[in-house]
Amino acid sequence: MITVHVRFFAGQRDIAGRAEQALSLAEPASVGELWAQLVAAYPRLAGYTGRMLYAVNQEFAQLATPLKDGDEVAFIPPVSGGR
Amino acid sequence: MSEFQPFTITGHALEPAPLVAYAQTPGDGAVVTFTGVARNHFGGRSTAFLVYEAYAEMAVPVLAQIAEEARARWPIGRVAVHHRVGQLAIGETAVIIVVAAPHRHEAFEAAEFIMDRIKAIAPIWKQEHWADGEAEWKE
Repeated sequence: MITVHVRFFAGQRDIAGRAEQALSLAEPASVGELWAQLVAAYPRLAGYTGRMLYAVNQEFAQLATPLKDGDEVAFIPPVSGGR
Repeated sequence: MSEFQPFTITGHALEPAPLVAYAQTPGDGAVVTFTGVARNHFGGRSTAFLVYEAYAEMAVPVLAQIAEEARARWPIGRVAVHHRVGQLAIGETAVIIVVAAPHRHEAFEAAEFIMDRIKAIAPIWKQEHWADGEAEWKE
């Protein structure tokens, strides 16, 4: 098992009710598998699926990016307000 | 005084003068300043105030990365971007982008490109607080 640190911002923080959370995942784990686990824990997060950017350790990542112990992960919806 | 940082996320009020002073060099004949301001309406609905939030540890390097993307497209000089976070009253400045270039067209185009890219990829979020008391994240 690995433990990763998830950062929640904006609407995701409101849904999760917290700004960060440590989560344990079975190896091998990817960003996509972490997201699936988060949606299972917080079903209202499902509305973000497919319209986000992903970050691992403050750098852009992909759904398939593998995670390792201690990684910091964030899910970044694009800002849609304004033009 | 601390050294000027071309790319910052700050809870303090933004002022364009330090960005312009940083960006302007003798080789560049154009310096464009874009200022994004908290507006009192969105989609026909009245806004009371705005709240901006950032994943600051990531947003600062992303702002620098976006400036490099612009530099790959246009021959531009120095770039500075300051973005505000926290609660903003109507009329307060949310973001300032300053781009210098030898000629004005590149400076204007790069400034618009940088603002578009900030909206697309920078981990910075805006919460509209409506005059009727409701609030929603624009995401």
